[in-house]
Amino acid sequence: MAQNPFPLGKDELLKAYRTMRTIREFEERLHVDFAKGDIPGFVHLYAGEEACATGIMMHLNDNDRIASTHRGHGHCIAKGVDVHAMMAEIYGRSTGACRGKGGSMHIADLSKGMMGANGILGAGAPLICGAALAAKVRGDRGVGITFVGDGASNQGTFLESLNLAAVWNLPVVFVVENNGYAESTAMEWAVSCDSYVDRATGFGMPGVTVDGTDFFAVYEAAGEIIRRARDGGGPALLECNMVRFYGHFEGDAQTYRAKGELEAIRASRDCLTILSERVIEAGVIGRDELQAIDREVNALIEDATRAAKAAPLPAPEDLLRDVYVAY
Amino acid sequence: MSRKISMKQAINEALDLEMRRDPTVIVMGEDIVGGTGAQGEDDAWGGVLGVTKGLYAKHGDRLMDTPLSESAYIGAAVGAAACGLRPVAELMFLDFMGVCFDQIFNQAAKFRYMFGGKAETPVVIRGMVGAGFRAAAQHSQMLTPLFTHIPGLKVVCPSNAYDAKGLLIQSIRDNDPVIFCEHKNLYGLECEVPAESYAIPFGEANVLRDGDDVTIVSYGLTVHRAMEAAATLAKDGTEAEVIDLRTLSPIDWDTIVESVERTGRLVVVDEAHPRCNLATDIAAFVGQNAFGALKAGVQMVTAPHTPVPFAPSLEDLYVPSADTIAAAARRTLSPKGARSIAA
Repeated sequence: MAQNPFPLGKDELLKAYRTMRTIREFEERLHVDFAKGDIPGFVHLYAGEEACATGIMMHLNDNDRIASTHRGHGHCIAKGVDVHAMMAEIYGRSTGACRGKGGSMHIADLSKGMMGANGILGAGAPLICGAALAAKVRGDRGVGITFVGDGASNQGTFLESLNLAAVWNLPVVFVVENNGYAESTAMEWAVSCDSYVDRATGFGMPGVTVDGTDFFAVYEAAGEIIRRARDGGGPALLECNMVRFYGHFEGDAQTYRAKGELEAIRASRDCLTILSERVIEAGVIGRDELQAIDREVNALIEDATRAAKAAPLPAPEDLLRDVYVAY
Repeated sequence: MSRKISMKQAINEALDLEMRRDPTVIVMGEDIVGGTGAQGEDDAWGGVLGVTKGLYAKHGDRLMDTPLSESAYIGAAVGAAACGLRPVAELMFLDFMGVCFDQIFNQAAKFRYMFGGKAETPVVIRGMVGAGFRAAAQHSQMLTPLFTHIPGLKVVCPSNAYDAKGLLIQSIRDNDPVIFCEHKNLYGLECEVPAESYAIPFGEANVLRDGDDVTIVSYGLTVHRAMEAAATLAKDGTEAEVIDLRTLSPIDWDTIVESVERTGRLVVVDEAHPRCNLATDIAAFVGQNAFGALKAGVQMVTAPHTPVPFAPSLEDLYVPSADTIAAAARRTLSPKGARSIAA
């Protein structure tokens, strides 16, 4: 076996690959089952963006908090939320992460530091400032990570939170997942600045842009700014340039894309392929080892789907439960 | 030990006592310390009207000035609550709710339900409400019906210093998000308040005056107008029962219905605008649950369906007066009461 040229050991690399593959299979399965009409509501898939969530979350523990977006499945899986509970939630079952009352856009697991996917764009940024404030008050070295797309990066909540985090010197990392589209509207048109680094500078914090399809680039950049935040160095912004393999939501015909764009990004910018080829070429991990993980992940997703479909629906009395802690 | 203090002092005292009791209680807001980063005194303001004055000296950095950035810091209070702190965030004037309401009604209010009963968000958003301060249309509203409409929020509006202290202590200890509405024209009003700590449970209205002829229900400033009206009515031999709701979510339906079943007549007074407010809510509830007891149509006395005017002469007409409340009570007592409509 060749010498490992990567910043992670083999076990960690396998873990990263497994996480990314789990996200991919989870989303591909939802894509298929949504088209069949099995899934209520609407879902926003993270396929193509796996390297970002995984490269960041590898640096976090359960005491660190994240605030996610409408496109939150990948963040959940990378933060350690149970895949069975997620699938059951998306199917609206009582065994779901939120007992079926949240759905795809509101999966949360506070015990894992996952403060919720969020249906309101940009709403996670103030919340994560609060999570980081709580960590700072307790002095427990926890950090908060909030994700926004390039679209929600224009929300006032996000911009106000950049300022607040800088003023209060909070341990927050603002991650802009720039997949080029706010729903159907191009980032080049809707975002007034040329670079998110400029925007970070304007708020008095460092900003870094990385290729979000390169797991190692995300991992290394995130590691540095997360360490800095953890050590009291204050907030930072990380822009991950990435690609979205599906539409804004399932059912989106994506007529706004250029001809051949989807085929091109799948062929050249698939973060899973990029990671696989790197580790195989370096001789650190064998193709057969990755394929073994693929089989295990497929079985996991199959089992989660089967279990979700078989799980009981919420009871009618659940309609009125849990509005308040105390009535 | 009990002594006379103002509602403003009572709120300050509640914050002080809870910060002493529980290290997870933090207080944040615009200028609640005052002068942060400036060259002059520490604790320069203690809030725009001095409600938090002196707390910084006692509790230091647990009082945090914020940038003028309501969405960010109200959301931060909500996020910190979801992560184990008990933040009290001052939203100077609750009219500013429009800037940050998403963090309250889409986030704080929904976490528990939306996350399957697994979240607690013990945050208190407190701030000024109400007209009569010559503060004009954007600093004077009684927006309580916006808050009571939202499941997951608790809504409190005290009418006096004693209640303000006990209800704020309960609000901070409560594990649900609470909107604590402080009528700015009551800040200076004094009453006997114990020095020690006490909590007033939510959902328990206060019967301020017993009477068998007509029930008057209100909250906040107009409770005092209702008491004035009751005194006027008593001169004519009419005894009004006056109920101060104290909390609007939850609301004490039992006390209202029990009273109406005895008096057969109801006047509901609300400083909010007339559509879909507490008055309409209570009238509807009584109509559905105590219709048989009613001897006359329910009278609703509210602010008009207008923004709050600036001109003092107009603003004085805006807030329900003791005279209008007394007139409404007399309508329920007139032979035509059963068919009357609001004046």
